[in-house]
Amino acid sequence: MLERLIRMLIKEFIQVLRNPRMRAVLFVMPVAQVIIIGYAVNTDVRHVPMAVYDLDRTPATRDLVARFEGSGCFDVVRHIGSEPEIQEILDSGEAKAVLRLNRGFAEALSGGGTAQAQFLLDGSDSNTASVALTYAAQISGDFNRALLGQRFARTAGVRVDAEPVTVVSRAWFNANLDSRHYFVPGVLAMIVAVLTIILSSMSIVREREVGTMEQIMVTPIGRLEFILGKTIPFAMIGFVDVAIIALISVFWFQVPLRGFPPYLFLGTALYLLSTLGIGLFISTVSSTQQQAMMTAFFFMLPAFMLSGFVYPIANMPKIVQILTLLNPIRYYLVIIRSVFLKDLSLGVLWPQMLGLLLLGGTMLLLAASRFRKTMS
Amino acid sequence: MTDAAGSYAVTLRNLERRFGEFVAVNRISLDVRQGEIFGFLGPNGAGKSTTIRMLCGLLEPSSGEGTVAGLDIRTQREEIKRRIGYMSQKFSLYDDLTVEENIDFFSGIYRVPREKKAARKDWVLDMANLQEHRHTRTGLLPAGWKQRLSLGCALLHEPRILFLDEPTSGVDPLSRRTFWDLIYEMASQGVTVFVTTHYMEEAEYCDRLALIYRGELVALGTPSDMKGSLMADQVLSVSCERPHEALGVAAGLEGVRDAALFGRDIHLMTEDAGDLAPRLRQVLEARGFQVGTMEPITPSLEDVFVSLIEARDRADGSQQEFKA
Repeated sequence: MLERLIRMLIKEFIQVLRNPRMRAVLFVMPVAQVIIIGYAVNTDVRHVPMAVYDLDRTPATRDLVARFEGSGCFDVVRHIGSEPEIQEILDSGEAKAVLRLNRGFAEALSGGGTAQAQFLLDGSDSNTASVALTYAAQISGDFNRALLGQRFARTAGVRVDAEPVTVVSRAWFNANLDSRHYFVPGVLAMIVAVLTIILSSMSIVREREVGTMEQIMVTPIGRLEFILGKTIPFAMIGFVDVAIIALISVFWFQVPLRGFPPYLFLGTALYLLSTLGIGLFISTVSSTQQQAMMTAFFFMLPAFMLSGFVYPIANMPKIVQILTLLNPIRYYLVIIRSVFLKDLSLGVLWPQMLGLLLLGGTMLLLAASRFRKTMS
Repeated sequence: MTDAAGSYAVTLRNLERRFGEFVAVNRISLDVRQGEIFGFLGPNGAGKSTTIRMLCGLLEPSSGEGTVAGLDIRTQREEIKRRIGYMSQKFSLYDDLTVEENIDFFSGIYRVPREKKAARKDWVLDMANLQEHRHTRTGLLPAGWKQRLSLGCALLHEPRILFLDEPTSGVDPLSRRTFWDLIYEMASQGVTVFVTTHYMEEAEYCDRLALIYRGELVALGTPSDMKGSLMADQVLSVSCERPHEALGVAAGLEGVRDAALFGRDIHLMTEDAGDLAPRLRQVLEARGFQVGTMEPITPSLEDVFVSLIEARDRADGSQQEFKA
């Protein structure tokens, strides 16, 4: 048993590591991907280009505009001077928002009345628009409170707090709500799944395509020896990639690593059971590398969409939420995000671990039972 | 081993393999004696590879029985795999491994005992004449060399039975010759060799032959049996002038099954050469042909197979007409 397995492993490692393209795919691509995606995948809304149509031109309007600029959320890209320009600038996309302040703004304020301001927003990117809207509401709220404070001070002659009740919110685990801290660990799950599923399925199918499978099948090698020989190398490579990506996340992107690192490895081991099981399964239903590749992609695209990587599972319809219970990526995402950001104990994480173990074990067993040492 | 299967390397009884409606191997029965070189002949698609794959445990038979090395091909496939060597037309070695790495791999998979490993590796390198190239990537070797290495890897564990599935297709004649020298050497050491081929000159090298056609066993015997008693037709060789024109005349004669040019001679297949010869001479001379010698000859294996296959086609044809 052991001798054959060791021989298989040596052979697989020689084949994988001798091929320069394979080396690049396994060790260079993950690094490049995590760095590029780490910068690119970001849902933080900052520096939304904004135009200002200020018809009043008073200190009060300048104060409000300065508050928009000072928030960091908006950049004033242009001051416009006419009505049609609003349409123009939103159409061209030069600005995503327009703040329009009518004549008499300052007068209304000093008279104790209500001044109108219009905030026009390009809503085609709904996510950015709604975040920007929240910021705008916050800025105008702050502006109001400051004004009210001034009015009280003027009329009553005392400093009064404009707002008796204030909610002070603080985000736990990710104090600055930095989306990179949330996404970079997710990229890890993605890269490891892509590599292990595609490469393990193709490596078996390749032997079938080239004809070496036939030669292997007339030897007394056991089914288990062959399957382990084919999956262990990719599992080991998967671990190396997880370690590399975790180091980049922590030292390059400054993602905190608050949890207990061995949980990352335990979770990864269970996750690899699933991805390699899927890879092996794909290899039993494909006869060419092309078929294996296509099947892997058809699986992975929905698997990522429905994993909670970008779109929260809680927002999905109930029935789809139930479907995601069959998706190993969803469990792994919870584990790695918690290891990086939350420091959860096994007492909390065990359902995720168990989910992976069950899915992975079933997948591997199913694939292994489909894998025969006979042809056709 | 005392049972009947024990004295034979391979026994087949009504072995059949269907793929859906298609019958690839149709109830074949035969025995292969230990130590003989047994040739399995037939055109492409006749069922040769399907049969050999059933014997090696790569395919399950649909029905019928068979033994290899006294072991049941249905239930003892893994034991069989330990005792046989198999090499197919595709030279199934790993192109991205070196010669030595391929040998080490198969040596490990077959669990060649540790103390024998070095000696067996040397034996393969010597046999395949690859001592100088042990660190060369296998993919860079010429086809003939790869094929010898492939044979070597199939023999690492010193199997008593060797299955070769069209081992020499796509290899130059010189390499084919050296390859057969290796096969003879194996046979002289008592190894049973079961080889499929569609090269007639290779068939001549075999101790015994089985001809299969459309999944059925058409003939079984030694090459000389085949040319003698098994040949239904006789071959009459005729030398005459303007053979091309004469061929047309001869082919139309009653009693001539088939006529073909062989160099400057005409070969005629007929049931009775003694009866045909005088009639043919008469007809040809009447048409003004100068007729030279006219004699029955020993058919080549190719003649035998063509005649047997055509006889089978005629039989099937008349059957089909009858059914219609």
